[in-house]
Parts: sequence; structure tokens; C-alpha cells
Amino acid sequence: MKLLALQRTMARAVMQPLTKSEHMQEKAPGGGKMRAYASRFIKPNDRLTSFERLEIYNRQYWFRLFSALAEDFPGLRSVLGDKQFDAMCKAYVVDCPSTSFTLRNLGSKMESWLRAHPKWAGKKQTLALDIARLEWADIEAFDNESKPALRTEDLATADAETLKLELQPYVRLLDFAYPVDDLLLAVRKEDDTDFASNAFSEKRKKKHVRAVAKLNPQPIYLVVHRIDNSVYFRRIEPEEFAVLTALGKGKPLAKALDAAFRKSKMPLEERAAAVQKYFQTWATLGWFCRPLQKKATGA
Amino acid sequence: MPANKFNGFTDYGIGIGLRATHYDHILSRKPVCDWFEIISENFMIDGGRPLQILDEILEQYKVVQHGVSMYFGSAEKPNREHLRRLKDLVKRTKTPWVSDHLCWGSVDGRYTHDLLPMPYTFEAAKLTAQKVREVRDFLEVPVAVENVSSYAEFHVSEMTEWEFLNEVVERADCGILLDVNNIYVSSQNHNFNPLDYVNSIPAERVAQIHIAGHSKYRKYILDTHDHPVIDPVWKLYDRAIQRAGHTATLLEWDDSIPTFKEVHDEALKADKFLASSVLATAV
Repeated sequence: MKLLALQRTMARAVMQPLTKSEHMQEKAPGGGKMRAYASRFIKPNDRLTSFERLEIYNRQYWFRLFSALAEDFPGLRSVLGDKQFDAMCKAYVVDCPSTSFTLRNLGSKMESWLRAHPKWAGKKQTLALDIARLEWADIEAFDNESKPALRTEDLATADAETLKLELQPYVRLLDFAYPVDDLLLAVRKEDDTDFASNAFSEKRKKKHVRAVAKLNPQPIYLVVHRIDNSVYFRRIEPEEFAVLTALGKGKPLAKALDAAFRKSKMPLEERAAAVQKYFQTWATLGWFCRPLQKKATGA
Repeated sequence: MPANKFNGFTDYGIGIGLRATHYDHILSRKPVCDWFEIISENFMIDGGRPLQILDEILEQYKVVQHGVSMYFGSAEKPNREHLRRLKDLVKRTKTPWVSDHLCWGSVDGRYTHDLLPMPYTFEAAKLTAQKVREVRDFLEVPVAVENVSSYAEFHVSEMTEWEFLNEVVERADCGILLDVNNIYVSSQNHNFNPLDYVNSIPAERVAQIHIAGHSKYRKYILDTHDHPVIDPVWKLYDRAIQRAGHTATLLEWDDSIPTFKEVHDEALKADKFLASSVLATAV
């Protein structure tokens, strides 16, 4: 068997889902018996059959990927419950196997996949989509690039009609139907407590899952961002969210402000002060990038 | 033989793997440690806390890059994005050499994130060596390949694991990251004498040595990096040092990680073997 053929043969078996009892399936990829499939390319030894040797890798693959998803999506796990989350992960990995050299990117398609497969969250679909989106934004905010931040002097000669501002690559703007920021922080706090005292963890988890099930919708606008290399969630007003979203899409400042306040209920006399406050906050938190210097052209 | 072209002519001592649980201790207490090995993939990102920590570590310590997903033995071409990011990191850390495993783990663009064993064939050796050369030429630093722990052997193999390792490193003219724990684990799983392995590798190509602990199950041993180094592995280390000389040594501890001091103290047990190799050289 040539190298590529052997690697394809082994990979198909390694990536095949485990049974409910977390063992290798008896059925081989493409049909037939896995025992015969394994013995075609793997030698047995005096203690393990070819099947058992291949099974070590099959189990390691799934345990590693489950562990990565559980680490990245504790909130989603809390919403779905442990069993449903594990079953969902299996289906997700089958549909969206890792195509990156780093496991960091494994969950990148979670929200869109869940949207296309509503059976996994059932009645909690909206909540599940919200929390999955927040957890992926949290990963991106943690290690996306940071560019030099915009300074006040960069705006000295700016014209609002033409001024375009670029958001930092680590800033994520998200609108949710549920207050999932509170939920995720509560799950993380609980996980920390569980770590300190395993004895009561099961009881607390059940209590928490019940609490999650009762979570009521409450629309929120959130910025997931980074300060001193720690990720924070900041709730903002709908108008501020609209301005940031428009700027993020490349609209000039004047148009972004116009679009943001078009349907706003904020009294006209309060808007100028609100915008001034927005800019102060954005400048303090460094959410916008400094414009690139135009290169001087030689004569 | 400690400084050679495969480790950038450096003479590093005893290091440990840089792990997140030790960040606070290292940055606040600044303990003495000859060097740290980082997992390259953890820092091949665009920004944020991991890179800030790395920069702070680089201000005070020597760092060597160790990868887990280059997959020299995969039949497909190296991932260009992976190579580009790895080179950016090499420039940042100024690592004297980079290492990754003699294994495969991806096929048709899908990653298993595991270190899967090679079939020990001449075809695989030729292809793997070609890939090692390609990566080294792109990165412009010496490359060392590490032997992995394995749990399966293939019918198509035409040679022993150590013969395969030798075939690859000779063809690629690259270094070896000799993992004596992996030799021990594989020797138990595949019924060979681990000393045959250590005695057969080209000692002049050893750029670095790994030591670690593992977990013993009823029918096989798993390379888990969650225990101290056991005596039979220290004996292999002793023999490797006798052959290769005072070589950069790194303790891996990746799960159930104890305090920095416990990990470092375990690594420093290597000192007595290294000291005896210096004495032997002097005599």
C-alpha cells in the first residue's frame, strides 16, 4: 500500500465516530467489518489485535476534539446539557472536521452549523445560537491582531462627511435576543467553583441547567473587546451599536451617525452629548485603528 | 558534541516546557531556568495575551520552538499558511532551531491533531526527508525531527523505526530531537530493546533530548506527559548522553501539571547525567 493510500485508509477509520460506549465501531468506513479493515494494514501484537491498536487512535481523536469543543463552548454545553452537547459535537465534527493546523479554529463554524441543524437545540435554538456566537467572538477577541489605536490628533483635520474609521480586528459587535453575557460569566464562575470543590459539582450543574432553561429573552447589544490582553463584554445602547456597526461596514462618520439615529427615540437635544460620550469611550478603550499613513510619492 | 549545526551551535542546558499554569510564577518570581520550549502553534496567532506573555518571557529567557502539526510524514505538501505563520514566530523568538515530529496527522486537508505513526518504508522516508528540507529552506533555521510514541505498526514497513529515523535524517541532513521516553513507550508497545534504538541513532545529529513521564495500562503504555520520569527512561537518557554528549535537554509535562518548582526539580535530575558526560569528556 502506498503512503497516501495508507494514510487515507487510516484517517477514515480514526475519524469515524465512536459507539455510544466510546469504542471503535465494528462497521468499517464504506461498509464491511472493521476488524478485517484494520487487519489489512495494521499488525497485531501479542497483546492487542489490529482492531484494538487502531482503536487507540480512534478514541484519542474523538476525545481530543470533544475536549477542545467543551473548553471553547462551556456556555453552549450548559444550554444543551452534557449529553445533548456531546451528541451534537459528534455530529458537528463529522460535518466540519478540522481543516486547520490549530484546534483553535475547530469551532469557527459552530453558529452557522447550529443554525442549519436546529434539531440539536430544539426550543432553545435562539439561546443556543446567541451563546455559540458569543463564545466564538470571545475566542477571536482573545487573540486577534491589535493595530495602533486612533489618537485624538489623528482626527484634527478630519471631515465627518468623508472620515472612515476601522475597528480593531479584536473588537466584535454582537446583538443578542438573550442576556448571554451574564450567562457565560455565570457558567465560568461555576466552572471555577467546580474545580475547587468537585464533591458538589453535579448537584450545582443540575441546578444551573434548570436556571438556564428559565432564562428570559432580553435584547442586548454587546461589544466583545480586549483591554491589557484580557477579554471583556461591554453592553452598549442601540444607537451606539448602530454607529459602530455602520462604521465597521466602512460608512463615513456622517452617514453612520445619520443611519444610527434615524429611528432612534433619543431626544434630539441629547444626541450631541451622547455621540461625544461614545467617542470618549471608544478613544479610551482604543477600539479604532490609526489610519494608515499615506506614503510620499517620489518625483 | 553539544553544540552542532543541528541546534545552531548552541550549548543549552536543561529546560522545561512553557505552560500557561506557570506563567504567573515565571513572570513574577523570575526563577532560574536555562531555557523554555514553547509549542509553536500556541503562539502562531495575530495578537493578544499569549504573544504578550511570550514577549515578556523572551526578554529574560532563551526559548526554543517545538511544533506539533507540521506533519513531515503526511503525503501532502506543507500548508503554506502554517509555514508563513511559523516563520513569523521564528523571527520573533530567534529560536536557534525548530523541531517537530516524525509522523503524519493530516490527509486531504483534514487534520487529526494527533501524532500518527509512519509506515517505515523507503517511499515514506524519501518523501518525509524532502518535506523536512523544504520546511528548513523556508524557515532558514535548522530543523530537528522527533521520534514519536506509537501504538500501531504497519504490514508495509520495510525496516525498524530507528532505521527509518536514520534514513530520513541522512536524506534530509537534519537533526534529531531524541525523545527517550517515546523510545521506551514504543519499545514496550512493540516488543523491542530500547537500547538497540539509542545505540543505533547517529549521535552527531542529536540536537536536543526530550524526557517525560507516561501512563501504563494493562496491555499498552500511553505517552501522557503527566508523571515523573521513570528509572528505565533515565537509563536510556544516560546512554543517550554517553553517546551524544552534553545535549540540550527538555522535560515535557503537559497534564496534571504540578508547581513550577516540582517540574523544574524533576528536569534537573538530568544534571547528574550531563555532569558525568562532561567528566567523561575531560578524562
